[in-house]
Amino acid sequence: MTVVSRTTSTAAGGGRRPAGAPRHRPGARRVSIAGIALRTPYWVFTGALALIFLAPLVWTAVASVSPQAGTNQVDGWGFGNYETLARYQAGIWRYLFNSAFVSLLTVALTLVISFFGGYAFARFRFPGKNVLFLLTLAILMVPYATLLIPLYVLLNEVGLANSLVGVALVLTMFQLPFSTFLMRISFEAVPRELDEAATVDGCSSFGALWRVLLPAVKPGLITVGLFSFLAAWNDFFAPLILINDTERMTLPLAVSNLRGQVQGVVDYGATEAGVVILALPCIVLFLLLQRHYVRGFMSGALKG
Amino acid sequence: MRRGRQALLGWLYATPTAVFVVALFAIPLLLVIKMSVSKWPLLTGDQGFNAPANFEKAVDHRFFTDSVVFTLKYTVLATVLLLVLGLGLALLVQESSRWNNLLRASFLIPSALGLASASLLFYVFYSPYASPLKPLMDSWGFTFLGSPNAALFSTTFLIVWRYAGFYMVLMLVGLQGIPADVFEAARSDGATRWQTFWRVTMPLLRPTLALTTVLCVTGSLLAFEQFYILTKGGPDNSTITVVQLIYSVAFQGQNDLGVAAAISVIVLVALVVINALQLRAFRSEES
Repeated sequence: MTVVSRTTSTAAGGGRRPAGAPRHRPGARRVSIAGIALRTPYWVFTGALALIFLAPLVWTAVASVSPQAGTNQVDGWGFGNYETLARYQAGIWRYLFNSAFVSLLTVALTLVISFFGGYAFARFRFPGKNVLFLLTLAILMVPYATLLIPLYVLLNEVGLANSLVGVALVLTMFQLPFSTFLMRISFEAVPRELDEAATVDGCSSFGALWRVLLPAVKPGLITVGLFSFLAAWNDFFAPLILINDTERMTLPLAVSNLRGQVQGVVDYGATEAGVVILALPCIVLFLLLQRHYVRGFMSGALKG
Repeated sequence: MRRGRQALLGWLYATPTAVFVVALFAIPLLLVIKMSVSKWPLLTGDQGFNAPANFEKAVDHRFFTDSVVFTLKYTVLATVLLLVLGLGLALLVQESSRWNNLLRASFLIPSALGLASASLLFYVFYSPYASPLKPLMDSWGFTFLGSPNAALFSTTFLIVWRYAGFYMVLMLVGLQGIPADVFEAARSDGATRWQTFWRVTMPLLRPTLALTTVLCVTGSLLAFEQFYILTKGGPDNSTITVVQLIYSVAFQGQNDLGVAAAISVIVLVALVVINALQLRAFRSEES
C-alpha cells in the first residue's frame, strides 16, 4: 500500500503543513490521549469514505455466491451463478479465451511498437519526426466513435470484419499516444553516454538497444503493458461495434448481453458473477503493480 | 553521411508506429470525413456524394438537440463533482502515513475496473430486485433509474466512484509540485489556512486544474458505456448522449453510416474547439 508515497514523503518531511490538511505537527508525534481524541473523527470520516469506495466491490463478490431468488443460486451459498455463466451461449471459457487473446495481443503489439517508437523519438533525428509524434498524440483528441465508424468499414474491406485480431489492432492504436509518450520519456531519462559507450564497444544500435537500454526502460515497459492490458481487457465499445458473432464476443460484451437473454428477465446473480470475473484480474494486477500504475498517471500529469 | 544513417535508423525504428498511425488513425480520419458527405447505408456501402444531406439529417434528428443538451448537462455535473472531490480527497490524504496510503489505495481501486464492468456492477446495485438497498427503496418509494433526474444522478455517482481516485492522483501530483517554502512564507505572513488555500494553493495548482478539466470535460462529452449499460438512454429517452446517438444511428435501426459519420465530425470539431477554448481560458487567467 504505497501509492505515491515516494513523492509525498519528501513533501511531508519538509516540515510543510499542506493547506486543508488536518492540523498535525510533523515534529511532535507524541501519542497523547488528547491527540487520539482529536484524530478519531478524522479516522472515522476517512474510514467511512474508504468504505464507500470498497463496499460496492465487496458487496458484488459476496452477492455473487449468496442465495437470491430468480438466479441459479436460490438456497444456500455456492457457485450456482458461475455455473449459469459457464453455460451461457458459447460458454465462459470461450469468452475468457477471446478476452485473453485480444488483451495479450494488444499488450504485445503495444509493447513492441512503443519500445521501438520511443527509442526512435528519443534518440534519433529524422525528417518527419515531429509530425509523426504529434500525429500519434492527436489520437487522444479524436473521439472513439469518430474513428470506430470508419474503422468498421475499413476492417470489412481488408477481411478483418468480425475478427479478434482486428479488435486488437484497433485497441493497440488507441494505446499508442500514452505508450509512445511514456516510452519516449523513459528513453530520454536514460543518459546518452550509456548507449554511446555500448556502441563504441562494438555494439550495433540494435545491440545497444537490446542489451543496454531494454533493462533501463523496463519500468516504463511494465507501466505500458499494465495500462494496455487493463484497457484491452475492459474495452467495451470497440468489440461492440466490430464484433457481431456470439462466438467471438469478448467477456465484457458477453456479460452485458447476458442481462437481456432469458425472456427479458435479468439474471442478476449471473451478472454479478460476470462482474467478479471481469474485475478480478484488474484488481490483482492493481495490487501487484500499484507503483507502476500510479507512475503511469503521474508521467501523464507532469508533462501533459 | 552520419546524419543520413541516423535518419534511416530513426525511420526504421519508427516504422511500426507510422504504419499503425497512418493505417488505423489517419486513413480512418479521412474516411470519416468522406463518409460524412456521402450517402452510406450500413449494408450497401458508398452510394456517392450527397453533401450536405447527412449534416442536415444529423441536425434534424429528433434526438439531436436533446442529446447535446443532456451531454452538456452531464458534463458540467460530472466535471464539477470529480474535480472538487478529486481535490478534496487529495488534500485529505496528502500527508504520507500508513493510514493515508491505505486510503489512497482504496480510493484508487475502482479505477482499475473497466467502465463497462463498473456500469454492470451498478446496474445490479441499482436494480429494484437485487439491490442491497432494496428495503430502503421499498420504504421510501424511489428507484435509482426510474426518473430522468434519478438516472442522471445515479449514473454520475457511478462515474464519481469509478474516477475520483484517478483525479485524486492527478491532484496529488500537482500539489507535490508546489514548493514547500511558499507555504512557509504564507504561514509566517500570518495567512489563515483558508486564505492559504485560495490565495496560494489554488493559483499554483492552475496547470493541474487545466489538465484535469480538459481530461474530465473530454471524457464526459464522449460518455457512452455508462448510459448504454445502465439506462439504455431511458427513461423516456432522457439520457441519450451524443455518442449513443452516433451508435444508434449507425447500428440500431436507422443503419445510416453517413449520418453517423456527420455527427462524429460535428463532435470532433466541437471537441477541438471546446478544448482550445478551455486551454485559452486557463492561460489568459494566468497572465
